[in-house]
Parts: sequence; structure tokens; C-alpha cells
Amino acid sequence: MIELIQQYGLAYLFTDGEGFSGVAMTLWLFIISVFLGFFLSIPLAIARVSEHFWLRWPVELFTYLFRGTPLYIQLLICYTGLYGLDVVQDNAMLNQFFRNALNCTLLAFVLNTSAYTVEIFAGAIRNIPHGEIEAARAYGLHGLRLNLFVVIPAALRRSLPAYSNEMILMLHATSLAFTATIADILKVARDANAETFLTFQAFGIAALLYMLLSFALVGLFRLAERRWMRFLVPTRG
Amino acid sequence: MNQSAQALAAHPASVINTCPAPRPTVVAENANVKLQVEGLHKRYGEHEVLKGVSLSARNGDVISLIGASGSGKSTMLRCINFLEQPDAGVITLDGISIEMRQGRSGTQAPHQAQLQNLRTRLAMVFQHFNLWSHMTVLENICMAPRRVLGVSAAEAEKRARMYLDKVGLPGRVADQYPAFLSGGQQQRVAIARALAMEPEIILFDEPTSALDPELVGEVLKVIQTLAEEGRTMLMVTHEMGFARQVSSQVLFLHQGRVEEHGGAEILDHPNSERLQQFLSNRLK
Repeated sequence: MIELIQQYGLAYLFTDGEGFSGVAMTLWLFIISVFLGFFLSIPLAIARVSEHFWLRWPVELFTYLFRGTPLYIQLLICYTGLYGLDVVQDNAMLNQFFRNALNCTLLAFVLNTSAYTVEIFAGAIRNIPHGEIEAARAYGLHGLRLNLFVVIPAALRRSLPAYSNEMILMLHATSLAFTATIADILKVARDANAETFLTFQAFGIAALLYMLLSFALVGLFRLAERRWMRFLVPTRG
Repeated sequence: MNQSAQALAAHPASVINTCPAPRPTVVAENANVKLQVEGLHKRYGEHEVLKGVSLSARNGDVISLIGASGSGKSTMLRCINFLEQPDAGVITLDGISIEMRQGRSGTQAPHQAQLQNLRTRLAMVFQHFNLWSHMTVLENICMAPRRVLGVSAAEAEKRARMYLDKVGLPGRVADQYPAFLSGGQQQRVAIARALAMEPEIILFDEPTSALDPELVGEVLKVIQTLAEEGRTMLMVTHEMGFARQVSSQVLFLHQGRVEEHGGAEILDHPNSERLQQFLSNRLK
């Protein structure tokens, strides 16, 4: 066990000698996916609840596709499937992009988490009391300003609990990255296991690391909820 | 009560006789018209809610819209700032009518820029307050002045605190969220939010109907202060006593039509049978 930690400790946390690995790589995957997913989801969520059919249905189709298939298959398609297409191989830019395993993995993760996040935000937008939107209109807010100053702030606050759940699921979902040869926590654990046959210890350490990251995330969201959800209390009289 | 209006109504002939030049008075009166609503129609499917209602507000007028529920009085108010889209009719503010454009599927749509301009000049107070629940009281009041009128943050906050004081709320509520306040306090915040726009006309849509009876008084007191300041206001209300006290005009709506229109005295001496009936039902 001591030897395992001595030999793989650094790889579990930070680097395997060739690049980032372990916790550092998992966090990188997680943060990039969630960051891009967040900013992609906001406009998509607004389109999702739009009254215009042609804005609404492409987003509906997108969330239906990505929530309707397993992330593992999406990752396989992004990583190996797309590169098999002639279109991708013949186009210099696409060729370069899809040859990189990290790019493919991030693409799959971003699209997947976006699909779920869009539905969370769209649900929160629908839950904003109608009168509040009406008041905003009556006071001259419309279009972009209405969304920017009233709809989005109100929806994001209301979606915090559901969104924190999606974040934790996403953190755990990054463990699929090892299938695309990305050196995340699980990949290091598998290497350590293959080398030392200390299966329980190798995967135990990985589980512990994921757990610590999750707890940190839960703590952060608790702070965020205390800060941004104070307004939601039962009304007296 | 508007004494001169009453006198005028009571003795129109004597006014004309004693006044050497009656003509200019009429012209001046027309020039004074702040808001003109003409021939407003609104239908929901088969049901016609408004069948051509009109009103004319001069500066400083307090106009009460009364009537049974379903008579169309709230719809009329909401058509004036286009929260409901009227099917026909003209709304004129300061002599400029809102242009209507033929939209898709044959509906009329107001000219966007004109509509936004109108909405910044008419502030609305809602039955259910409709404060933005995720913003503090201060943020609620500063929101529209800052984001719509483009007032600076410091100036907006100064205004907000001034109007909070005016509606009788202590400064410490500024940082609270609406859900922590009583209904009466919330409605007073909503009135402060309307005042912060420094509107030319304030629309009140049943401002006390959602309040517990013991909280009605504090809100009416604020509205009365505003009336005494000479603000132009349109008010849908069920508070007959209050309407009698503050109104310069009363419109009684029945089934989508203005059944009776006059000064506050029509509440004491109704001419139409419907209004008599309505008022006597109220007293029960």
C-alpha cells in the first residue's frame, strides 16, 4: 500500500510524467465541461421555452438526443465514430480537432451536460411566477434586457439545487474519460491495478478522491444556496 | 371631491350665461387631455370582454373604474399599457396615438418603440404586487429606472430611498426580500417601484384586493397622498368609499361597456339602474 502510494501518488493527484493526470485531469475535464455547458445552456434554455416553434424544436431535439442515449456511446461516437467519416478526415481543421482524444472527450461531455442543464434551466424559467414577467414588461423591459436582468437571474437561483445535482453527476461521469485514453483518476487507478494487482487499494484510492471532490462541490453549493436562495422563504401574512 | 366639476355639472347653463367667452375654456380643456382611450375592444375567442370603452384623463385626474367582476375593468386597464392586446381602439398619450400595425394572423400589434416609450411613462401597480421575488426591496425599486431609463446606480438608489420613505416604509426594509414583508408592505414597495419611474400616469389594478382587511388602510393612505399631490391615476377598485373620496371621475363598467360615467357624486346618486343595483349589493 505504501509502495503503491509512493509509486502512483503523484500520478493520482497531478501528473504521470507525460502530462496532467489524476485529480488534475479530472478537475480539468469537469471544469471545462461545466463552464462551457453553463454558458451554452443559458441561451438554449431561453430558446427551449420560446413561443416560436423554429427556435424551440431544434433545442428540444438536441436535449432529446443527448438525454436519450448513454454518455458512453456519445463518447465513443465523438472519439472513434466521427473520425471514421471521410468528411472529418478530409477537412484539415476537423481532422486535427478529432485526432486529439481530449478534444473529443470534452466535446461529448459539454454536449451531454448541456442537454441536462438546458432542461433544468428551462424548467426554472417556466417556474418564474407569471406576474413577475408581466411586471417587467409593464415597466418597459423586453427582449434581451428582460432576459438578462429578470428572467436569467430568477431562473438560475431557482435551479441551484437541481443544478448542483447535475454537477455532481457530471463529476462522476468524467470517469468515462479513461476509455478515450485520458489519464484521469480512474485511468491512473487502472494502471496502478494492472501493475501491482492491489485492486482494492488502487480503486479504493480513486473512490476516496472522487468522494473528496464531491464533498467539496456539495460544500460550495451549500454556500451558494445560502447566498442566492435566501429570498425563497414561506411568506407570512 | 372636485367641487368645481360638481358645480359645472349641476349648473351648466348658468356657467355659459355668466361666462363671457365660453369657447376658449373648451379648447383649454381639450389641450389638457393627458390620456385618451377611444373605442377599446377586446375579445377572448367568442367572448367579447370590452365592447368599445373610452375614457379621457386630464392632468391630475383620479379615475376610478368600478364594476362587478367580469365587467372588463381590469382588462381595460391592462389594454392601456398593452399587457393585453386590444383588438380595436386608439390610445393617445399627450396627443400622440400609439400606431397599430397589422401583425401576423391578422392581429394588431403596437409599434415597438412607441410601446416601450408608453410603458416607461405609465407605471403599474398590480393586485398581487408582482415584485421580483429574487431581488431585495432596493433592487426592485432601482431595477427599471436603471435598466430602462438608464439612471445611474447612485441616483436610482437615492430615488428608491426617497420613495420608500414616502410610502412610509423604514429604511431597513431596503435590504429585505419581498417574501419577508407583509402584504401591505409589499404593495407599498410596489407603489415605490412605480413612483421611482417618475411616471406621468399610475395605473392601479385592484391594489388592495389581495390584502388582509387590516392591511388595506395603510395602502389606501399612500394612494390618497398621491391623489392629493395631483398625480394622474387610473384605478380599478372595489373600495367604494375610497373611490368616492379621491376620484375626479368614476367609470362604471357593465358587461364590457361604460354604463355610467361622471364625477364621484354618481356613487351617491347613481342614474342608471345597474349602478344602483351594483352599489346596493355592495352594502350588503
